[in-house]
Amino acid sequence: MKLVKFILVGFIFGIVLTKSEAVSWYRIYEMFQFQSFHMYGIIMVAVLTGIIGIQIIKKYNLKDSSGTPIRIADKVPGTFRYLVGGVIFGLGWALAGSCPGPIFILIGAGFTSVILVLLGALIGTFLYGVIKDKLPH
Amino acid sequence: MELIYHTWSWYISGFIIGLVMLSLIYFGKSFGMSSNLRTLCSIAGAGKKVTFFNFDWKSQRWNLAVVAGAMLGGFVATHYLSDASNVSINPKTIAQLQMMDIDAPQGKLMPDTLFSNDVFESPKSILILIIGGILIGFGSRYAGGCTSGHAISGLSNLQLPSLKAVIGFFIGGLIMAHFILPLIV
Repeated sequence: MKLVKFILVGFIFGIVLTKSEAVSWYRIYEMFQFQSFHMYGIIMVAVLTGIIGIQIIKKYNLKDSSGTPIRIADKVPGTFRYLVGGVIFGLGWALAGSCPGPIFILIGAGFTSVILVLLGALIGTFLYGVIKDKLPH
Repeated sequence: MELIYHTWSWYISGFIIGLVMLSLIYFGKSFGMSSNLRTLCSIAGAGKKVTFFNFDWKSQRWNLAVVAGAMLGGFVATHYLSDASNVSINPKTIAQLQMMDIDAPQGKLMPDTLFSNDVFESPKSILILIIGGILIGFGSRYAGGCTSGHAISGLSNLQLPSLKAVIGFFIGGLIMAHFILPLIV
């Protein structure tokens, strides 16, 4: 089964996000109040680990598990969509206290009410799909 | 064992999250959770009416497998790897929350005020959660990614657009946490 390794990666992701409490509404609120270093530390170390890993991948032209050379696509250049989309996302992140990963993790953990956040997120995604061609990017 | 049951340190957690992203790159994929929302819309049939959702969602099955694993991980971690010492946030934060009538964590991940099953009886609470979700879903697609796709994957690859998105995330989050949340909760 090709999917097993992805389930395993997801499983580790779900455990570490729960045990680091990055899924907690409280931790997100505390972060935005600048009253703890915890969340900033998590993001910084994750990014630092990622930067070092990706630099190694690029320097040694490493291949992925199927033997294809790893190529990481650059993000499309721009400013407006990233800032405005980002602000809209941030408003929701601090209101519901969870981003897309934690939404799924919390539902798995048994927080039934978070299904409402997922429902909203699906509506929001759908809305974007409907009006995307009318939006400045 | 205490090490497992207590809150995991930011440096261990951050390191493992970095490895999660790198392992998905090694498997020929990329780390981004909000794409699954688009996939779910597509599975639900949105592609028939809106072209944005008209793509081969089966190519995204691997990411749905990550989601399934994450949900299982969330279940195992909360039910078998947690104890009452968890979520010990800053006392100042607790005092501030108290002024908004939001209960203290006492080991819980989520405040009852906003997330207990009682919210299903309060139209206002239902609206808060759904609107929060709409902003998350709309914003992450408009920005082309969320915390995983931009803050972790994008910044790790030194992408300027991702930095702009992350700055946006924090502007929005700070506005909500400092100015809007106190008015509505």
